[in-house]
Amino acid sequence: MRRDIFQAIADPTRRAILVLIAAQAMTPNSLAEHFDTTRQAVSKHLRILTECELVKQEYQGREIYYQIEINKMKEIDKWIEQFRKIWETRFNQLDKVLSTLKKQKK
Amino acid sequence: MSMTLFFDFTVDKTKNTINIKREFAADRPTVWDCYTKSEILDQWWMPLPWRSRTKSMDFREGGKWHYAAVGPNGEEHWSITSYVKIEPQKLFLANDAFGDASGNINPQMPQSKWTMNFSDSGKNTQNTHSGNR
Repeated sequence: MRRDIFQAIADPTRRAILVLIAAQAMTPNSLAEHFDTTRQAVSKHLRILTECELVKQEYQGREIYYQIEINKMKEIDKWIEQFRKIWETRFNQLDKVLSTLKKQKK
Repeated sequence: MSMTLFFDFTVDKTKNTINIKREFAADRPTVWDCYTKSEILDQWWMPLPWRSRTKSMDFREGGKWHYAAVGPNGEEHWSITSYVKIEPQKLFLANDAFGDASGNINPQMPQSKWTMNFSDSGKNTQNTHSGNR
C-alpha cells in the first residue's frame, strides 16, 4: 500500500520514533521502552514508516534494526523549502509594489 | 531594499499548519489594500514567472476572489478564495480552494484555511499568516 509521507509524520509517536532512530539504529523492543504504548503499537508505527520508506530494516543476527532513510526525509524538507520559496518570492514582489505605491504618494 | 525585514516561516506538522510572519515597510492601511484589492494582488500574489489574473473580486464576508494563476506558457490554474470573516485593517479569515474558470470549487483538491493578521511594527506593518488544511 502506498502511503502519504505527510500522514506518516503527522503522528507524534512516529515523529518521536524518527527522532530516536535518527541518532542510532534501534530494534522494536528497545524503541518500545521509550513509549507507554505496547510493543505491537510500536511495530504498527514502524510498519507505516517502512511502507513510506522513511525507515529501513537491517537484520543483525536474529534482531531487526530500524534506521532512518535520510533521502526520504530530505524529500520532506525539499517540499517545505519549495513552499517557503513561494512565499519568499511573493513577499519580495510585494515589497516592490509597496515601494512603488510609496513613490506614487509622494 | 537596504533594511532587513523580518521573515519567519515555521511548519507545525502536528496541526498541519504553516505559520508565516513578515514585516513590510509600509503602514497598515497600505499593506491591507495590497492584500484585499485585486488590482494590487495581481501585481504580487503569484511568484514569477507565474502571475495572477483576477476574474472577479468581492471582498466582503461571504464574498469570493476568483482568479487564475497564469503560467509562462499561458496555462491556467483557477483558484477561489472565500472570505469568511473580515475586520478591516486588522484581520481576515479565508478558505482557499482550487476550481475552474466558472468559479466551481473542485472538492477533490485540498483546501486550506488562512488567517491573516495585520499589526503595527513601528512605522512598518507585520503580518502573521497562518494556514492549515
